[in-house]
Amino acid sequence: MRGAVAGAGAIALPALLTACGGGPGGDGKTVTLGSNASDPMPKKAFADAFSAYAKQSEGGRKVKVNIVDHNTFQENINRYLQGKPDDVFMWFAGYRMQFFAEKGLLHDISDIWAKYEGFSDALKAQSTGADGKQYLTPYYYYPWAVFHRKSVFQKYGYTAPRTLDEYLALAKQMQKDKLIPIAFCDKDGWPAMGTFDYINMRSNGYEFHKNLMAGEESWTDNRVRDVFDTWRSILPYCQPGANGRTWQEAATSLQKKQTGMAVFGLPHPGQQFPEDERDDLDFFPFPEIGAEHGQDAVEAPIDGFLLAKKSKSLKNDKTMESAKDLLSWLATGEAEDVYLAGDPNNIAVSDRADTSKYTPLQKKAVELVSGARQISQFLDRDTRPDFSSTVMVPAIQDFINDPKDVDGLVHGIERQKKTIFTSES
Amino acid sequence: MTAAAPASGAAEPAPPRRRRGHRIRTGRIGVHAFLLTVSLAFLAPLLLAVYASLRPYEETSEHGYFSLPRKLSFDYYQRAFSDSEMTKYFINTLLIAVPGVLITLFFASFTAFCVARLRVRGSLLLLMLFTAGNLLPQQVIVTPLYVLFNRIPLPYWMSDSMTMFDSYWAVLSVQIGFQIGFCVFVLANYMRTLPQEILEAAIVDGAGVWTQYLRITLPLCRPALAALGTLQFTWMYNDFLWALVFISDGDKLPVTSALNNLRGQFFTDYNLLAAGSVIVALPTLIVFLLLQRHFIAGLTLGAGKG
Amino acid sequence: MPLLRTPGGGPPDPRPKAPAARDAPGAARRTGARTRASARRRGPRRFTRRDLAVIGLLLGIPVLLDMVIVWGPTLASVLLSFTSWDGIGDISWVGLRNYENLFTAYPAFWPAARHNLLWLAFLGLVATPFGLLLAVLVDRGVRFSRFYQSTLYMPVVLSLAVVGFIAQLILSRDQGALNAVLGNTADPTDWLGDRDLNIWMILLAAAWRHTGYVMILYLAGLKAVDPSLKEAAAIDGASEAQTFFRIVFPTLRPVNVIVGVITVIEALRAFDIVYAVNKGRNGLELLSVLVTDNIVGEASRIGFGSAIAVVLLLFSLGFVVTFLVQEIRGESRR
Repeated sequence: MRGAVAGAGAIALPALLTACGGGPGGDGKTVTLGSNASDPMPKKAFADAFSAYAKQSEGGRKVKVNIVDHNTFQENINRYLQGKPDDVFMWFAGYRMQFFAEKGLLHDISDIWAKYEGFSDALKAQSTGADGKQYLTPYYYYPWAVFHRKSVFQKYGYTAPRTLDEYLALAKQMQKDKLIPIAFCDKDGWPAMGTFDYINMRSNGYEFHKNLMAGEESWTDNRVRDVFDTWRSILPYCQPGANGRTWQEAATSLQKKQTGMAVFGLPHPGQQFPEDERDDLDFFPFPEIGAEHGQDAVEAPIDGFLLAKKSKSLKNDKTMESAKDLLSWLATGEAEDVYLAGDPNNIAVSDRADTSKYTPLQKKAVELVSGARQISQFLDRDTRPDFSSTVMVPAIQDFINDPKDVDGLVHGIERQKKTIFTSES
Repeated sequence: MTAAAPASGAAEPAPPRRRRGHRIRTGRIGVHAFLLTVSLAFLAPLLLAVYASLRPYEETSEHGYFSLPRKLSFDYYQRAFSDSEMTKYFINTLLIAVPGVLITLFFASFTAFCVARLRVRGSLLLLMLFTAGNLLPQQVIVTPLYVLFNRIPLPYWMSDSMTMFDSYWAVLSVQIGFQIGFCVFVLANYMRTLPQEILEAAIVDGAGVWTQYLRITLPLCRPALAALGTLQFTWMYNDFLWALVFISDGDKLPVTSALNNLRGQFFTDYNLLAAGSVIVALPTLIVFLLLQRHFIAGLTLGAGKG
Repeated sequence: MPLLRTPGGGPPDPRPKAPAARDAPGAARRTGARTRASARRRGPRRFTRRDLAVIGLLLGIPVLLDMVIVWGPTLASVLLSFTSWDGIGDISWVGLRNYENLFTAYPAFWPAARHNLLWLAFLGLVATPFGLLLAVLVDRGVRFSRFYQSTLYMPVVLSLAVVGFIAQLILSRDQGALNAVLGNTADPTDWLGDRDLNIWMILLAAAWRHTGYVMILYLAGLKAVDPSLKEAAAIDGASEAQTFFRIVFPTLRPVNVIVGVITVIEALRAFDIVYAVNKGRNGLELLSVLVTDNIVGEASRIGFGSAIAVVLLLFSLGFVVTFLVQEIRGESRR
């Protein structure tokens, strides 16, 4: 019990103490980096990349990584950036990055961005904040598309559809062939968002998607209703019970040839395939709905690196220099090659990256994104996080549950959107 | 205990009792059957989880979880332990949970002692304060505490973040502050049932408050303390919210986050996660098994034995 | 405990020495009355300076901690519920707007409130009595009672991750064990996705954990009941059920209070099971989940989330006040 008393004293003590001078300051050469790559494969691939950086660095610069699991990192990002962030951290492109830039939690890196080579204009747009300055160093991305098995398409003589009508006709044929046409899942809350985004961008274009996500268009607009109406026409061909199915189960049904197609991102379906069946996986871009927008936009979430403004060691000019040196290196093709050698589920953003070792699927993904007129990020990355998580996730699950009441649905979304987007100003 | 406590009704000699004894015996079988059924029903999900953790993911995703095994192994256990660097996180958890439980029990028992035994002025108010505080959902206090901790500076030797935020002190003090309420409530209730004359005898002997608490009241509370200790250890051990909110350095996170490390951004091998969960659940189970004797057999102390 | 037998000092024990009179609550009531009497007699000088210092320090620290950690932030949250704040920028006063939005424009709110009440009813009317029943049966001294109590307690120690996994394991529509056992592969039941069904499945899971917990507490309480009480009742010809409800159950009052409070806490703070299953969406909304979604996660609608928290706070205060009133009544009866 004595120990307990002493312990108790120590607990009360901190409140009374004030900090007296610093601990060890940075040496200016070690850059700390907050990572959300907790999965074994990316974790190892990043470790390879950072040690490659240390090796090529002439001044003996190195990276000290702070890994927090992906989910926790995301939940905590607000507190992390305001509390004790690392110098560099991994995050997403788009609105979700701009939000923090606007709050003054990110460092402007326009000076080094100007020297980056091999990035497209679409990438630059996604790395830029609302104030026109660059904040993000993009690293890799993964496109979304409609995935299927080559062997299934061969067996029944299917061909990849180009338009919505062809898509629906194919689905109808699959039903006749005793396949469930489209694997469908939304228990996790995000997978169905990909379908929503694509129908929206195919019918109304990327600009509308962007503005709708930014809260500038009304959800009761007929164009939004059209999206839900179109989606409803597809639903009869989708797996029932989507709200109770994880994406892994949906991908497994594709692998087991119970379902014919599925809207996924590049890393998703392959993980549910045994290694020797992965070559059988193929995809086609989400079909065209209106000729005006064709298949222009591709949904391809970008991950990259940013500088945290509240990092204490970045106040040291030497550390800042090292951090920028790290970012500049990460923006090169070689840096991306090192990473992707260890994680073939994504593709490099730089056109200087070496694609010769890519799998056929990766090569096809490169074709898809390089042919894209616009690149969108994904519903939950293109809008405010509070809007996507507290409004859109339940709304889409509601829609799947009861696809008929579009009117009630869009009014509900619009009412909540107003409360969220107006609270900002 | 007095001699007037026969083992069971079956031993009674009177004729009307004999009939009842027979009924009791058949009743016993019924009780066993019932308890066994319920126990198995309670155990079945756990056994299924353990079973899944012994099988490769490909197999269960191919054939479903309820299917015959083709390959059983402990590979996942080894992987779960090494992949998630469990030892490191396990130590972090113990750094929080062990002092947390001890300090909580110490302060709570003293407070309960003041409230229930000394009956200091305002006892009821204190009791309400602590009890009501424990009914609040944890999420309510997250934001103000975050802001507070971010502003409390700590010297480097206490926290390498130089603030209360991102230090064990934050998690520990919240754990204690939040759990004390419940413990005070339970202990105060328990201490009321202890015979008061023991204390009075001690007061006459000239014992001070500290002695009355430590030497006289606390030993009588052993069962309640053991029960609370088990529950508190389980809660603090399994908690993830406080660490999630107040720690930003991945190396300081508790063992619950080691499990999150087994969960991927996209892909989660649930069988691996199950193996990890079984490993992580073991310490709480051991604490329960160690302490259960004290808190189940011991409660008679307060009432009959002397 | 030699002190117990110390004859000296205190006022003469007025109680008869019969063992039956030593039952816990009876003793408590009597001793309670006596303490008051003796406290009054001893007057204000009953603590020495050193005593006061010990009390001041060791009572002061927990009270301070409770104020700083629990009540201060709670009050701050109440204030925040009248503001709009994203956790980063400026805080602006918005009056009752958050509450208005909550009641009129947040579709998840009413289902969540309903689910919390349902949770309370289910735990209170089903899980808690079931736990009591199990405790009574185990307490009858049957063989293997240690095995039973350990088994029944086991769900209590499980962490969030494993509960979510077990739900998936058993209830998943495509791969779960339940549908496999029932053999309805043609039109499988969507236990977790169907929003008329999933809350009941989750309530069962919650009861699974709650029962073991309640059972252990009652078991501890039952061990404290003097067996001679039951003997006396049996001699009077009371049936087992009569003995339990008239004699044993009333003596369990302290445990009942604890179990009651725990049941309320569990129902109002319920969080982890639904969060592990599907983040508390699609028919599994709970107030605590809504608070988490808005405050803890990336979303940071601090003002709005605090308003939900205040509603939850009012719920709990309702129970606290009820408890307080009862406690005061009980006190005056003593």
